[in-house]
Formats: sequence, structure tokens, C-alpha cells
Amino acid sequence: MIVSQFLVIAAALFSLGVYGLLVRRNAVMILLAVELMLNAVNINLIAFESVIRSSQAVGQVFSIFVITVAAAEVGIGLAIVLLIFRNRRSANVDDFNLMKF
Amino acid sequence: MASRLILAAEAGAPDLVSGGFFAEWAGIMLVGPFVAFLLIVFFGKRLRHLGAEFAIGAMALNLVWASVLFVQNMSHGIFREVNVQIASIGVFDGRDLVFELGWVVDGLSIMMYFVVAFVGLLVFIYAVGYMKGDVRVTWFFASLSLFAGSMLILVGSPNLIQLIIGWEGVGLASYLLIGHYWEQKENSSAAMKAFYTNKVADVGLILGAILLGLAIGDFSFAAINEAAANHSEPLEAVAFAGGLLLFFGAMGKSAQFPLHIWLPDAMAGPTPVSALMHAATMVTAGIYLMARTFPVYQNLVGGEAAREWMVPIGVITLFAMGLLALVADDIKKVLAYSTVSQLGYMMTAVAAGGYTAGLFHLFTHAFFKALLFLGAGSVIHAVHSNNMSDMGGLRREMPRTFWTFVIGSLSLAGIIPLAGFFSKDEILATLDYEGYTAFMWVAIAGAFVTAFYMTRAVALTFFGTYKGHGHPHESPALMTVPLVLLAIPSVIAGFLNIPGVSSGNFGNFTTWVGARVVPMGDHHPEALDWTLAAYGLAAGGLGIAIGWLMFGRDAESQAQRDRFEVPVLYPLLRQKYYMDHLALGIVGFTKGPSARAVDWINTYIIDGIVNGVGGGVRLVGRFVYGTLDQRGIDMIFNGVSAGADTAGVALRKLQTGRVQQYAMGFVVGALVLVLAIAVFN
Amino acid sequence: MTFESWISEPVNWVYLVLGVGVLVCAARVVTTQNVVRAALYLVGTLGGTAGLFLMLGAEFVAWTLVLVYIGAVIVLFLFGTMITRAPMVRDTGLDNPKARPAAAALSLVLFVTLSYTMVTAFGSTEVAQVGEGTDTRVLGEALLGRFVLPFEIVGFILLAALVGGITIARRDLTPLEEEERGSV
Repeated sequence: MIVSQFLVIAAALFSLGVYGLLVRRNAVMILLAVELMLNAVNINLIAFESVIRSSQAVGQVFSIFVITVAAAEVGIGLAIVLLIFRNRRSANVDDFNLMKF
Repeated sequence: MASRLILAAEAGAPDLVSGGFFAEWAGIMLVGPFVAFLLIVFFGKRLRHLGAEFAIGAMALNLVWASVLFVQNMSHGIFREVNVQIASIGVFDGRDLVFELGWVVDGLSIMMYFVVAFVGLLVFIYAVGYMKGDVRVTWFFASLSLFAGSMLILVGSPNLIQLIIGWEGVGLASYLLIGHYWEQKENSSAAMKAFYTNKVADVGLILGAILLGLAIGDFSFAAINEAAANHSEPLEAVAFAGGLLLFFGAMGKSAQFPLHIWLPDAMAGPTPVSALMHAATMVTAGIYLMARTFPVYQNLVGGEAAREWMVPIGVITLFAMGLLALVADDIKKVLAYSTVSQLGYMMTAVAAGGYTAGLFHLFTHAFFKALLFLGAGSVIHAVHSNNMSDMGGLRREMPRTFWTFVIGSLSLAGIIPLAGFFSKDEILATLDYEGYTAFMWVAIAGAFVTAFYMTRAVALTFFGTYKGHGHPHESPALMTVPLVLLAIPSVIAGFLNIPGVSSGNFGNFTTWVGARVVPMGDHHPEALDWTLAAYGLAAGGLGIAIGWLMFGRDAESQAQRDRFEVPVLYPLLRQKYYMDHLALGIVGFTKGPSARAVDWINTYIIDGIVNGVGGGVRLVGRFVYGTLDQRGIDMIFNGVSAGADTAGVALRKLQTGRVQQYAMGFVVGALVLVLAIAVFN
Repeated sequence: MTFESWISEPVNWVYLVLGVGVLVCAARVVTTQNVVRAALYLVGTLGGTAGLFLMLGAEFVAWTLVLVYIGAVIVLFLFGTMITRAPMVRDTGLDNPKARPAAAALSLVLFVTLSYTMVTAFGSTEVAQVGEGTDTRVLGEALLGRFVLPFEIVGFILLAALVGGITIARRDLTPLEEEERGSV
């Protein structure tokens, strides 16, 4: 079992996440794609940890942090989607060009 | 708790005592307002005055405490420093760096404690009357307490790190209070402007602190000043850069040109805020910092070199900003520009080597400027407008406000024997003694301008006939009593430091603020220089006389009375020397080459250049190159402007507002970077 | 290391099964035209990931992932889906077809770049101590010892997200409704 095999799978997950991020129109689906990307990062952290074997399991600690922050991010993200949906009757990011100059 | 040992005093250093109970526990003053802040936030709304009780209580305690220290310090200089080590920051260059909190009690900080507590208490009491029935009164008093606490943390700080903490706290409270009426866009913008401008300057402060602190491995003022007094080599190496950086920080808080732009806008806050923060205490933080680190500028070659840069900035501030007060219609803006100008005086004095002179002006200015602001607030309260074009003739309706305002104005104008006369005279004497003769004449001209604009303000506000709406009435006692109480020191504070006069055992202001561990080594005049005083007085008198001739007569409308239309100067002053435009241009530009920046530049810089330079160039062109075709020049400017416009239109298409397109750009950019590194590595 | 020696380790068969499952599920997450199914495929991906974590010896993280993600986050997603009334059936409007070719090319380049970098960097470095899990006690001591400050901050962020989420998503009462509730 070599480390690279895990890293490659993480890279694939990350790329799929990027694909979803760029292609999806629905805001909820974009959030799902972001979750994929975060997950890929977690795999990387754990895989690095399994090589380095730090005395305090730093890689695992950080992946726990990532999971926690991701949970917070989902909560807030969905709340925002909800609010926008309520005001605009749509969850399509194409319809939100509020940031346009 | 460990009291720092009083360092071996050199010859000539004042011999100091450690004070008693009040000096040992002076930290109570620093903590009190924060306790009040918490109490107001949690229990304020239930009380009759919505929490003002706590704020006033804490300030009253502080005033008693500070007064005791002040009196103790008169008879025998106090030095006491208490430090609590909070954390060890690490080791730098073999030296342990520690982070300490604590308080320092010496002549300088006692003076500041007293000023903050005295002005603060009166402003708090006044605010109870002024803010009656206003929105968010509880939060207002909470923020005021937060401010007072932060200011005391700042002035009581024994080291640069705690000073920065207080410094930022003051900035935060200022932001909260300027934006008190945040429902209106311009008020919250003013708050942000103040915050951003101060942040720019804070970078200088932080860098300067790091530079000086790391040079000797200690952030405490005692160590830095001691090293400066001993001409320490490592400190000397960074003195020039460090000194200038600290000064840059001071320029922000103390509103020195060109970082003064936030202060006039800060008048968006309620008037008590303007009186307390933007006149009497917060803006003096920069002066205080310069005074606290004075030995660095006085004893080191690099520091002295830095001073040569500081004096001109102070002089520009005192003169150019005073002129702006001549054209402002908003009475608070008149006072704001006046404040900037007076801060210029203080900075000039400290930078020129007049430690006592600068601090003495700080001391007297705190009283009469707070008085003027509170008087203006009383007027605004009565006529419901900030603009002098809506005022006039108020001396009959509001006699108490009128008389106190006149006292404040005369004091500010430097009329003998009021407080402003003595402090301004001492600054002139310092400039004279230190050899800045040309700057001294500018300062005298500044005194003329000061008297001129104050006469204008008094004439337009209190004389003639009333031009506003409704019937103005005198403010309640809650507001007029603080005015009277501030008028007293505005009259007599000057006697505390008549050159050569000392009250026996009790010394005078010079010996009081001179109670520092390291001798300040600034020059004190032996006696009043009557020639210089006469120049200053003549400038002030002339200003009042010309001002009265120009603005004293009544007319149909205030606009007709308010004539100050010197051809070139007037438009320049109305546009505030285009400083705001310049700052906006810089800010807009640093946002990056986005469409927005181009648009800003188009609107402000190019237009500014076209209007300003273009106008000037055209005049010169007409004069010198009479035959040159005017249209050529015009076309260049129009071309540049049109080019910027086109670029803006083109670039704004990039801003589609589609987040995913931005994300795509982001990913592509990251990939290109990675590949570039791979290729070029 | 040759492919034969790699594939002869039985643990790598487990890896292959899990990896293929994870990738297929992930691919479906970003391609399916049904929101609910996308969320369920994400469950599959995460479950597979948890399996990978177990292979790497990160037991605690694996179960955290199962509990937090599959247990809570997915539920949140399903709620979000329901409230935004996304159709439960096939919906062609979920994608932006015009962006597909560019996005596919981009993610392919990204994948190649990333995996090339990783493989060149690590080569055939072996995973240390296969099958030996990290003691949860070590993690607990790290979290409440060296990392206690970030830990507290993350906790605070969660609280802030909770409060913020409620504030954002709460419907503002109309003046009439407010009156009915009675002013405080």
C-alpha cells in the first residue's frame, strides 16, 4: 500500500469537485461539489499523516478541523441559499448577478 | 506584580517618589470604565438614565483619583510603574521578549489621566442632556465608556504593546461613535473613513514599535527612553526610521496633514463625541506618543534627523488646515479644522523640541476646545441645524452658551490672559529658541488665522438676526453647567505655566510633566518674552478686528454676511485642497487595475488634474505662450479623460457578476501558476 | 514497485473496490440531474472515504466523518433541497451545458497536474504501519493540549454559524404579525 494511490484518488475527487463547481447551476449542487473538494483535502491530510506519523497526529487533528468548519460552512451556505430563494424564487446562481458592476 | 526599579537617575533628573496608595493602585482608573461598559451593556436599559449613571460614576471616580495624583505630583514628582507579565513572546537575538500589561504613573501620564477624566466627566454629564430621547442612548454611553477606558489604557501604558492595544481600542470606539447615526449612509461612511485612515497610520505605529522594541529587546518605554538617554548603539541605528514610523502612526490619530482627512468627517457623530474624542482626548494620543518617546527624538542623532521631517508637517497642518476653517459653513467643521490646526501647533512644538510647550498646549486646548464643541452642541440642540447659515443672533436667546463660547474663542485666539495665550506663546518661544524662525512666523500667521475664523464663527452664530426656523431657547442646566465648568480652566489654566513663575514648593506645569525618569532636556524660557508675546497678541487682535469688520455686520441672509471670496484661495479651500479626491484616487488605484479603479481615476484624478492642473496650465499658457492654441491643451486632457473612460467601459465587462466565471478564472490562474513554477524551476 | 507486487497485496483489492466506488459516486454527484440523488451519492462518496481513512489508520476521523457528514450534513442538504422545492425528478436545468466542455477540460488538466505532482513527490513511499490505528487518546490530547486554542475557535465558529444561520434564514415578521406577538 503506497501513499500515492490515496493521493491520486484525492486528486480525482478534487477535480470532480471543481468540475461540479463550474458546471452546476443550482446553488445546493454547488455546495455539494464544494463538499467533495473538502473531502479530497481530508484524504490528503490523512495520507500525509500516515507517512509522517507525527507524535500528535497533526494531520488527523487538522482534518477534524476541516470537517467541523465544513459543517459550519454548509449551515451558513444553505441559510444563504434559503434566503436568496425566498427573495428571488430561484436557487440558480445564474440569476444572481448582484455582484455585477 | 513587580514594581520596576527606578532607574539610576542622571544628574539633573528630577528626584522622584513612588507615590502612595493612589499611585500603586492607579490601574483602577484603567479598569473602571471597562467595568462601566459591561454594566451598561447588561443593566443599562433598566435604569432611569439608560446607563449613563455607570459611565458618570466611573468617570467621577477617575476624576477624584486623578486629582489626588495631580496634587501629589505637584509637590513631589511621582514615578511608579506596575507591570504584570502576561506572556513571553519569545527570544530575539538572545534576549527574552515579554508582553506585559500594567500602568505607569508619572508626570506625563498623570496630566493625561486628569485631562481625560475631567473633560470626560463633563462631557458625559452634558451628553445626558444632549442625548435625551435620542436613539440607542444606552449603547452610546457604553461606547463612550469603552472609549474612555481605551484612552486610559493608552496613556497609562508602560510599554509600546499595551499602547497599541489602547490605540486600537480608541480607534474602535471612535468608529462606533462616529457612526452612531448609521442609518444615514454618509455617517457610516465617515466612520469607515476615520477607521481606514487611522489604519493606514497604524501600520507605521506597529512597524515603528517593532523596530524600536527589537533593537533593544524590550518594548517598555522605560527601557527605550533609558537606552535613548544613554545613546545606545543599537537604538541609534534604528532611531531615524523608527522615529519617523512612530510619527507616521501619530499623524493618523493626531490628524496631521495629509492624514487629517478623517477628522472633519468625523463630525458626523453626536456633538459630545466630537468634544471628547475629536477635540480633547483621542486626537491628542499622537502628541502623547511623541511626548512619551521624546528622549528618542531628543537624544539620538537619528531621532533629531527625524524631527527635521516632522516640524514642516506640523507647520503645514497648523497653517493650511486653519485656513479651511474660514470657508466651512457647518459650525462643527469650523471647530474640526481648528482642532486639526491646533494639533499642528502641538506637533510642531513637540517636534521642534518643546516637550513642555506641546503638552501645555494639549492641556489648555483640551479645555477650551471641549468648551467650544459643547457650546456648538448647545447651539445645534437649540436650532436643529449644524449650519451657521441657519443661525445668527443667538446671544440674546442663549446667553450662557454665548458667554462661554466667547471665552473659549478668545482663549483659542490666544488673547491675554486666557489659557490659549500662554500655551501658544510658549510654542512660539520654543520655535524661536530652537532656531525655526521662518516656521515661527508661519505659526504667528496661524494665530492670525485662528482669531479670524473664530471671530467669523462667533459673529455668524451669535450676532445679527436669527435666520433659522422656530424659536431657539437656552439649553437645560445639564448642558450649561459643564460649559461653565469648562470655561473656568479655559481662563485660568494658562497661569499654571507662566515662564519663570513658580508656586514655590508646588512648582509649575513644567516641573509637573517633567516628572519623568529620564530627563527630557527641553528648553524652558526663564521669563515671558514680551516681544514674541506682542507679535502673537497683535496677530490675534488683528484677526479679531478684520474678522469683525468682515463678518460682524448683519445682512439680509447669512450667505451675504459670510463673504470670503478671495479669488484663487476660496475655491481651493472649498474643495479642501482636493485632499479627499487625492486620497480616494489613491485608494481606488490600489484596489488593482479593475474597472472600478479606472473609473475612480477617471472621476477624481483625471478630473482633478483637468480642473486643477488644467486650469493652472491654461492660465500659464495664456500668460507666457500667448500664441499657443488653447484647443491643443484641452484636447490632450479630453483625450486622456476619454481614454480612461473607454478603458473603464471595456474593463467593466469582465465584471459579469457570475460567480462561476470568477471561479473558473481562479482555477485557470492557479493552474497557470503551478505550471509556470514547474517550467521555470 | 511493479503492478504485480502491488496487486498481490490483498489490502489493495479492498482499496480498489473502495476507490472505484468513491470515484463513481463522486462522478454521479456532479453529473446526476436529480438533487436528492446527488445528495445520496455524496453519502456513498463519504462512506467510501471513511473506508479509506480506516485503511490509513485514522479510525477516529473516519467515524467522525460518518457521524458529522452522513449523519448531519447530508440531512441538512436534504432539508435545503426540500425547502428550495427542487423537483424530485429529473431536472435538466441543474447544469449549465455551455460550461461543460471548458469545465471538463479544466478539471482534467487539474487532475493530471495534481496527480503528476503527487506521484513525483512521493513515488512509491509505503504507508507506515499498515493496519495500526492512531490511538484516539493521542488525538484527544492533541486537541485539548497543543491545539486547544484552534479547537476553541472552531467551536466558536460553529456557534457563530448556528446563530448566523438562524438569523439569516429566519423569516422577518410582517408588522402585523409582530403586533400579534406583542411588543416586548
